[in-house]
Amino acid sequence: MTISLTEAAANRVQTYLEKRGKGLGIRLGVRSSGCSGMAYVFEFVDELEEGDVVFDDHGVRLIVDAKSLLYLDGTELDFCKEGLNEGFKFNNPNVSEQCGCGESFTV
Amino acid sequence: MALFEIAEPGQSPVPHQQQSAVGIDLGTTNSLVAYLQDGKPRAMADEQGRELLPSVVSFTAGKQPQVGYAALAKAADDPHNTIVSIKRLMGRSTLDHSVKTSGYQLVDEDSGVPRIRTAAGDFTPAQISAEILSVLKKRAEKTLDAELMGAVVTVPAYFDDAQRQATKDAARFAGVHILRLLNEPTAAAIAYGLDQGEDGIVAVYDLGGGTFDISILRLNKGVFEVLSTAGDSALGGDDLDSVVAEWLLQQAGEEAQSVSRRQAMRLANSAKHTLSHSPEAVLTLPLGSGKTWKGTLNREQFNTLVDPLISRTLTPCRRALRDAGLLPADVKAIVMVGGSTRSSHVQTCVSDFFGQDVLTGVDPDKVVAYGAAIQAAALSGNHAAGDMLLLDVAPLSLGIETMGGLVEKIIPRNSTIPVARAQEFTTYQDGQTAMSLHVVQGERDTVEGCRSLARFNLTGIPPMVAGAARIQVLFQVDADGLLTVTATEKTSGVQAGIDVKPSYGLTENEIEGMLRESIARSQEDLEERQFREQKVEAERVILALDSALSRDGTEFLTREEQSTLLSKRQDLLDSLQKGDSRTLKIARDELEKASESYVARRMDASVQKMIAGRRVDDVEKQTNEK
Repeated sequence: MTISLTEAAANRVQTYLEKRGKGLGIRLGVRSSGCSGMAYVFEFVDELEEGDVVFDDHGVRLIVDAKSLLYLDGTELDFCKEGLNEGFKFNNPNVSEQCGCGESFTV
Repeated sequence: MALFEIAEPGQSPVPHQQQSAVGIDLGTTNSLVAYLQDGKPRAMADEQGRELLPSVVSFTAGKQPQVGYAALAKAADDPHNTIVSIKRLMGRSTLDHSVKTSGYQLVDEDSGVPRIRTAAGDFTPAQISAEILSVLKKRAEKTLDAELMGAVVTVPAYFDDAQRQATKDAARFAGVHILRLLNEPTAAAIAYGLDQGEDGIVAVYDLGGGTFDISILRLNKGVFEVLSTAGDSALGGDDLDSVVAEWLLQQAGEEAQSVSRRQAMRLANSAKHTLSHSPEAVLTLPLGSGKTWKGTLNREQFNTLVDPLISRTLTPCRRALRDAGLLPADVKAIVMVGGSTRSSHVQTCVSDFFGQDVLTGVDPDKVVAYGAAIQAAALSGNHAAGDMLLLDVAPLSLGIETMGGLVEKIIPRNSTIPVARAQEFTTYQDGQTAMSLHVVQGERDTVEGCRSLARFNLTGIPPMVAGAARIQVLFQVDADGLLTVTATEKTSGVQAGIDVKPSYGLTENEIEGMLRESIARSQEDLEERQFREQKVEAERVILALDSALSRDGTEFLTREEQSTLLSKRQDLLDSLQKGDSRTLKIARDELEKASESYVARRMDASVQKMIAGRRVDDVEKQTNEK
């Protein structure tokens, strides 16, 4: 089981954490919602919760709860520019179908 | 693939939460709600896993009305307070035959809208329909775990404005936002993805519980147009059950006297279902007093029983084709709707009639709701861009009045909606600070030949020379056909606008009449347009000349030149009266030619005045700064 992030994503996360002034890392997770079944959770973490799994990559702590890990195993978090937008991108190998905008997905 | 931002703990946004839209098939016998999941339509079930909701509402004094199966169970015991097939009364007046013969206790009202007296009070058909919609809304919100943003509700293609309005009212009472009313046959065609295919004629054969409808649609560039509809409002799947039930009772003989008709109907219905997938159905009819009657019904027997009824559906099919001016062979696809079309005999009869196989891949009970769900997803933006379905068209062109009473069409007729088009206009006179906009609908070139929709004024335009202001007029027609017109002066940003409902109050016949007239009079319109354009130009030239003459008098003109100019001006004024665009153009050209040297001299003088007494450097500097 592994979750990773690219260097570009790591730099960006660190910048955001510094700007925010606190936080242990970032949480990656899933919950059921959205038009295609699942939606991502992507938040700062101030406190660890029971059952959380922590991955260290490029000096950033990625925190995932055990249940979400099943849906996220192998995911690589990237940071990229698409046209005028920039933001984080989940490269999740478990996704089988996703809705048009990609905000929600099915495994 | 979407891009994400890191949220604060517990604040990850819900994906397009506001976009939970569903499709609702508000049927005569049964209703259904469906939504699009992973790009596939799915029906929503109640807690017991039942997807169809009987369109039955039962009222009890002092209690919440019951809807669906619970209400259906009461239909036999309490017929006056249990309302079935309310759809038949939607948008009807108290004077309508269907209302008078409905069998319900009606309250006499002057308003013309029938109210049905029940134990819980008097209700209009729209209010009763709203009860059904409320149940479906709750089911949708529970399934989606989100507030319902909106719904596409289907109506029969033959529903008129009043019936459609009553359906919209019902939705409003139920707190359901209607994204669009969609014709049932169109919805069925969408469920089969026919809108994505080649253009052509589609027939939709809809044998519902209590009604039969045939619709002939034409697909043209992704837009369905209803060419004709026909049907039989007293023929449906229930009638098939009924003939089978009669046969059953006959077969069971005298001992079956005690068997209720309802019981026999239920057995007939299940036999019908069995026969749609197996060659024979075994029937067991309890006769009371412990005895049972057993028998079998095979497909041939069933076919013989229902054949007269199926044949009856072919008469409307013929009529619909004739109304559309088509032959069975012109039809490219036949969509089957309604549970009874599962019967192989129905399928055979219909495919024999059209001379080709019918489409049966999608559950005929759900196909309409599925199409509505696909449409709802498209309208709420749940589809990737590019998949957007455009199904309605503006029936008549929408435009604006320009100088001289001419019409500038901004949205041409048959444009698929939603649509937005903008055009720039300018001012006519120096220092003009306001502009009056007149929105019209129609195909004629002159304002008098079109229908006036609205007028509004754009004020606060900064004073400028004629032609310098840039006024953008934007026409937007949304999915419901609502037109919004806004005018914006682009240098200053001043804005004005208005909303109108272009289709309001126009019947199909009126629309057709307007179209026919515009074709018949197109030559006349062309001449009128040319004359009016010339007239506007001529008036502009005279206005400019007059204002120049009044400003600098005869400073740049010899007496002779002045008299030539004035006589040419008079010639032009005279030809304005004659109403011939050619002579008008000649007269204007003459006047423009005669004033050329005058214009040049004025121009030179004004340039000299500007640079008089100043050094070349200054003038250069000034020019560079500009």
